[in-house]
Amino acid sequence: MRKLLVYLKDYKKETVLAPLFKMLEATFELFVPLVMAAIIDQGIGSGNVSYVLRMGGVLILLGIIGLVCSITAQYFAARAAVGFSTKLKHALFAHIQGLSFTEIDTLGTATMITRMTSDVNQVQNGVNMVLRLFLRSPFIVFGAMIMAFTIDVKAAFIFVVTIPVLSVVVFGIMMWTMPLYKKVQAGLDSVLGATRENLTGARVIRAFNKEQEEIESFEKKNNTLAHMQLFVGKISALTNPVTYIIINVATVVLLYTGAVRVDEGTITQGQVVALVNYMSQILVELVKLANLIITITKAWACANRIQSVFEIKSSMAWEQKLPGTHLACQNTDADKAGKDEADQINFDHVHLAYAGAGAESLTDIDFRVKKGQTVGIIGGTGSGKSSLVNMIPRFYDATRGHVVIKGKDVREYSMEELRQMIGVVPQKAVLFQGTIRENMQWGKNDATDLEIWQAIETAQAREFVEQKEGKLDAVIAQTGRNLSGGQRQRLTIARALVGKPEILILDDSASALDYATDAALRQAIRNMDGSPTVFIVSQRASSIQYADQIIVLDDGEMADIGTHEELLERCEVYQEIYYSQYPKT
Amino acid sequence: MAKAGNGSGGQGGTLRKVLRYIRKYWIYLALSVVMAAITVTLTLYLPILTGRVIDLIIEQGRVDFDGVSAILKTMAVVIAVTAAAQWIMNICNNKMTYRIVQDIRDEAFKRIEILPLKYIDEHSYGEVVSRVIADVDQFADGLLMGFTQFFTGVITILGTLGFMLSVNVSITGVVVLITPLSFLVAAFIAKKTFVMFRAQSETRGEQTALIEEMIGNQKVVQAFSHEDEALEEFDEINGRLERCSLKAIFYSSITNPSTRFVNNLVYAGVAVTGAVYAVRGGISVGQLSCFLSYANQYTKPFNEISGVVTELQNALACAARIFALIEEEPQIPDKENAVSLGEVEGRIDLEHVEFSYVPDKKLITDFNLSVRPGQRVAIVGPTGCGKTTVINLLMRFYDVQSGCIRVEGQDIRDVTRRSLRANYGMVLQETWLKGGTVRENIVMGKPEATEEEIVAAAKASHAHSFIKRLPDGYDTVIGEDGGNLSQGQKQLLCITRVMLCLPPMLILDEATSSIDTRTEIRIQKAFAAMMEGRTSFIVAHRLSTIREADVILVMKDGNIIEQGNHETLLGQNGFYATLYNSQFVGYGNS
Repeated sequence: MRKLLVYLKDYKKETVLAPLFKMLEATFELFVPLVMAAIIDQGIGSGNVSYVLRMGGVLILLGIIGLVCSITAQYFAARAAVGFSTKLKHALFAHIQGLSFTEIDTLGTATMITRMTSDVNQVQNGVNMVLRLFLRSPFIVFGAMIMAFTIDVKAAFIFVVTIPVLSVVVFGIMMWTMPLYKKVQAGLDSVLGATRENLTGARVIRAFNKEQEEIESFEKKNNTLAHMQLFVGKISALTNPVTYIIINVATVVLLYTGAVRVDEGTITQGQVVALVNYMSQILVELVKLANLIITITKAWACANRIQSVFEIKSSMAWEQKLPGTHLACQNTDADKAGKDEADQINFDHVHLAYAGAGAESLTDIDFRVKKGQTVGIIGGTGSGKSSLVNMIPRFYDATRGHVVIKGKDVREYSMEELRQMIGVVPQKAVLFQGTIRENMQWGKNDATDLEIWQAIETAQAREFVEQKEGKLDAVIAQTGRNLSGGQRQRLTIARALVGKPEILILDDSASALDYATDAALRQAIRNMDGSPTVFIVSQRASSIQYADQIIVLDDGEMADIGTHEELLERCEVYQEIYYSQYPKT
Repeated sequence: MAKAGNGSGGQGGTLRKVLRYIRKYWIYLALSVVMAAITVTLTLYLPILTGRVIDLIIEQGRVDFDGVSAILKTMAVVIAVTAAAQWIMNICNNKMTYRIVQDIRDEAFKRIEILPLKYIDEHSYGEVVSRVIADVDQFADGLLMGFTQFFTGVITILGTLGFMLSVNVSITGVVVLITPLSFLVAAFIAKKTFVMFRAQSETRGEQTALIEEMIGNQKVVQAFSHEDEALEEFDEINGRLERCSLKAIFYSSITNPSTRFVNNLVYAGVAVTGAVYAVRGGISVGQLSCFLSYANQYTKPFNEISGVVTELQNALACAARIFALIEEEPQIPDKENAVSLGEVEGRIDLEHVEFSYVPDKKLITDFNLSVRPGQRVAIVGPTGCGKTTVINLLMRFYDVQSGCIRVEGQDIRDVTRRSLRANYGMVLQETWLKGGTVRENIVMGKPEATEEEIVAAAKASHAHSFIKRLPDGYDTVIGEDGGNLSQGQKQLLCITRVMLCLPPMLILDEATSSIDTRTEIRIQKAFAAMMEGRTSFIVAHRLSTIREADVILVMKDGNIIEQGNHETLLGQNGFYATLYNSQFVGYGNS
């Protein structure tokens, strides 16, 4: 939490003024019993009606001043809290965007979304409440005690005893129940899990005639939850009666002491009334304080979770964009590369181990690709196909070896330079809310309609885009859910093609297309001007069959590389895959 | 409460249903009401006692110690009784609330188990879950708050009024006249801020959507170096949200100081009129102090009750949603004279079957099919063509609209669902596993299976080798919906599950692209072993399965458009032929 406070830096004035005005308000509130005592002792005592009226005026004046102070305080608190969360969200968004794939994998996107939304809101609420109340409540509690001292020292000692006892009870019960409430939450989660499971698995559960067992197991979980709730309820039900007893017993003692002191002539009747009033003010504020502490604990936990996101640093360092050195560098590299000049991409004994994973995901990958070639990559799930292509745009860094593009290690390119050169079509076809045109311009900011239509044509998407109302202006819903899987895939392919990349990576991105469309797509890409180098990852033998080189991966290692005919002749893994899809007849 | 009840017939109906649940716990309710009455009355009595004590403490030498002691003793008793009553009331309310919640959840869950699949398919899981969890919780909160605050609030107001009137009518008039100001102020602010809150929640929704989009798909954002644009867009919304939030939060936070100010006015009013009366000897100082503490107490329940009314209305709205689920039409129950289908051979006949999900969109019309025991039926067609419809009908997840489906000559609507489904083994493409151990998942169809049987089934379905390598073997706990297992492993477990009980008829969905080829081969082998001598329906993706099938059903857009074996269908040169041939079109020869 402490580190997040920098985002309050621009609101120093507000963070000081808000509690200050709250304290002013509280101060005026503390005067009320004194005024009342004066009314009783001097007004009523001497039968002075005009004095009573004057004091009544003072009470209203105190109320008005309190109102003004309090509204001012609320304003500053709201400004500081909202401003804080705005800055925090900006920083968090920027920070998360700067994380590399390795960190995204470890954190999980769902977590990051929660951090950015509900966690930040909780913290905002916490900041707001702290600024408003955290000083006010203790101030009233101790202020009341101090005021009591100004009236009568002996009576004030009753306050000195009552306040700690009351605090111990209120906060003690709170501390006791808080962990119990966590347990209740866990119980609720298990009830929720069971409900969810029975919806997602309705078919299977019914197919296996498991309804009755599921009901029984649910009832058991539900009963456990009710028991826990009742148990916690029993404890927290103590709070009110116990505080009631403490405060009122203290009042009884106060009255008796007051009686003695009045009899001695030390204090007046009106002052006894004032003391009793101070006692009841304390109770109200302590209860507020307890609620505030719950809000703060929640906000604190959220703040720490946010903090932990900030503490994650990107594990990938990028070259800064320096065009001058870039050229020079390329020349020397090209010289050095010598006879390899024609190789556009070169995997030089590349190894890859993901963060936290024990074993390597890719081991000793070594191959060369010439410009304009098509490379097919095939193998089982977990064999490292996606990992391999993800290393070309440097989503992950090699743990050993080099990935070299046009004679230069990918680590020597700037991020923009590298990713402009490469068009990626990820496995999961994701589009963004907005028009088709806006989505296409992700690939190239200033793409013209002509360029976009060319890309759409190549991606075999022309037909359905033309049928859409508004064509390029047709609106795509979030995640593109108003399109079919196949349509989405074709548009993601088009998006990658708009920028006319030199290298195109299709990561199993035609799986929802039927075989005929898949074939037409590959044909169209091959005929594109500038003929890009294409990597195709696929489970289908038909998709990669005609590639110039086919890399067969098996458990992270290259089982073989070659053309379809060569592999069919000599590579066992390839044969197994191929014949499972095209049985020998 | 009256307001909520009068709102509309629907709300009144909901209220009656809520009362039905409460009836079971009427003892707690009665006890709670009695205790609340005691608590409130005594709480109100206490300031009077305090006032009397003060009146006995007049000035130096004029203190009636005997009187003071006597009243203080009474006060001690009153305090003790109040606290006890309050505690009992809290306990009763808790018990009632949580038990009712438990009852409602149990009932909702039982209903989920017998809802027609149609309902489950048409409603998002999140929505149903939120009814059972969030809505019930909200309802419980409203109920608990209603019990504790509404009732005590009303008694406090009435009691205070009564006590005040009994002491002095004019001062009571001051209190009664000024207090409503506080509601007017609160209502005015609430009305003004409503628009601001709506703007805030809309903008917040917009921001959340953007966050979900950009952070959720961050890999794509990075692949296209789109970070700067995304941040720009985010900042634009963030700026707007800042302005909306500031307005909403600030204006709504005026409510508290304003009502407090009105309370201060009431206090000042009572102080002045009370003091004037006291000067004339109309009331004593003690009575004035008693009035002052009433003035503080009197406005509080009003504010609480207005909160409670909105809370109760909210709770009723939640209750209505839960009851809608609980009262949802269940699936047609088994006929009274439904027979139990014994072990069947596997003959299935579909006669003139007609079916559609929505009445005006015809899907399957006059579909006839006769399957002999041991035959294989392959269902083929492009993705999303409705292949699961056939499974839905066979398993009687959905009922046919006309025509009938017979198993061993029996209309499946004349047999119990239990016995029908026990005769099918089903492996779906969306693998579903329950949270629990691997073993618990495997024995779903045969809870009494021995260890040997389980291992044998796992071996037969090629799952044993990977299960063995899991941290705790067969006792490894897998999270909800398979958790950390790969898609292929989940599929193998689902197959093992069926392999263990091996019913005479099978419904299988072949693996698709999410499973790697080598696992697929294993699954293929497992399927083959399972299908030996069993009537099987296979949602087929691979040519070999299709070619070897006895009957191929070709589906398109939900309809069964062609039917026959491989050769006859190729001969027809229709949709199947196109589908089949497209597999061999590469770009080399197009």
